[in-house]
Amino acid sequence: MIKGLWWKLTGLALVLYSIIAGQLITVPALPVIHETIRNLFYHVCMWFAMFTMFGTSLVYSIRYLSGFKPQHDVMASESVYNGLFFGIMGLTTGMIWAKFTWGDFWTNDPQLNGAAVSMMAYLAYAVLRSSIDEKSMRARISAVYNIFAFMLLVIFLGVLPRLADSSLHPGKGGNSSTMEGLDINMRLVFYPAAIGWLLVAFWILQIRARKRQLIQQV
Amino acid sequence: MKEIKELVRKDMLLELRQKYAINGILLYVVSTIFVVQLCYGRVIDENAWIALFWIILLFAAFNAVSKSFVQESAFRRLYYFSLASAVSVVLSKIIYNALLMMILGILSLLVFVLFMGMPSFSMGLFLPAFLLGCIGISASLTMVSAIASRSGNNAALMAILGFPVVVPLLLLLVNTSKISLKTEIITAEIIKSLSALLMIDTVVVVLAVILFPYLWRD
Repeated sequence: MIKGLWWKLTGLALVLYSIIAGQLITVPALPVIHETIRNLFYHVCMWFAMFTMFGTSLVYSIRYLSGFKPQHDVMASESVYNGLFFGIMGLTTGMIWAKFTWGDFWTNDPQLNGAAVSMMAYLAYAVLRSSIDEKSMRARISAVYNIFAFMLLVIFLGVLPRLADSSLHPGKGGNSSTMEGLDINMRLVFYPAAIGWLLVAFWILQIRARKRQLIQQV
Repeated sequence: MKEIKELVRKDMLLELRQKYAINGILLYVVSTIFVVQLCYGRVIDENAWIALFWIILLFAAFNAVSKSFVQESAFRRLYYFSLASAVSVVLSKIIYNALLMMILGILSLLVFVLFMGMPSFSMGLFLPAFLLGCIGISASLTMVSAIASRSGNNAALMAILGFPVVVPLLLLLVNTSKISLKTEIITAEIIKSLSALLMIDTVVVVLAVILFPYLWRD
């Protein structure tokens, strides 16, 4: 019996359910968006997973700096790499969605700027890690950069979209939030999808961290 | 306090003795502005003016601040370590760089106005935002240069790490400059923009003070 099997299976089942039900349920017919609204189940979940991963990595970076335990560094860096994967998936699904609703792959939108800058910050984190050879030094310096960049990004994403006049994303710049107008049918798929992807994200993180620790032991 | 004052005085003396940084960067700024003037002619469009000005100032800041820790050799770092506390070292560097950045910023603003003309900014918003921006950019780049200097000292890493950290501030500054172009500015808008800038500055300085000791020791 694998330890913690129940939450992994729940995660898988929820993701499978959201993929299948997301294609089958009837969605409200809205102007411009039409059937592409189904992308909500996939695109938004990717960002949730990404932010949770980056948040996890922040927590482990702080824990590393307060105790200097190597396994915290493994967790911090692996959650960043994992978050980058979900971020790239979020960007891709978002770009496809944008092409069909707004007519272009990339628009000058505060939300998009925020996503692009945070991806850059974490890619820079990966470059920083690979440029330092000594292990404990690498762990300490990348933890410092991780905390510093994350705090700035939180301020950035919290402040700037509210100062901006307009945004194409709902819930920002005076648009109403999607959650208020979201159809009950869609809620029944969207919430399980979000929870399912988060569980799967943590599962991937666990596997990656174990793999890293195995490699280090050899 | 006395420690910080002495360290700032030391940096200034070094600067005055060499006159290399400030003259070199000034020449760099002037030649960039001249090139812009050659390519554009005099810019009439205010948005282009704002964008060009902040981009030029950003690169000048990268050049000016990136030296602050990189120029210190490992032996000298060890010497400071035995003399002063980490907090006063980082605070003195931030103060010195902020002063340098303000001088550079004001001089390049003058040169830029000379070559490109001056849009009708309302000075009550533009100047405080400009000064707060100089402080914020120099403080965050000081921290990034401290990180970059511990990792093989390469200039490319400075640009990669610094960019995502400075972009939030830069976008905020461009936004504020655009607001200050309006003929009638609401007081609430001024307070909102300036307090956002002030908040970022405070967070950067506080984070630098908390995190720098981890970078400093070996």
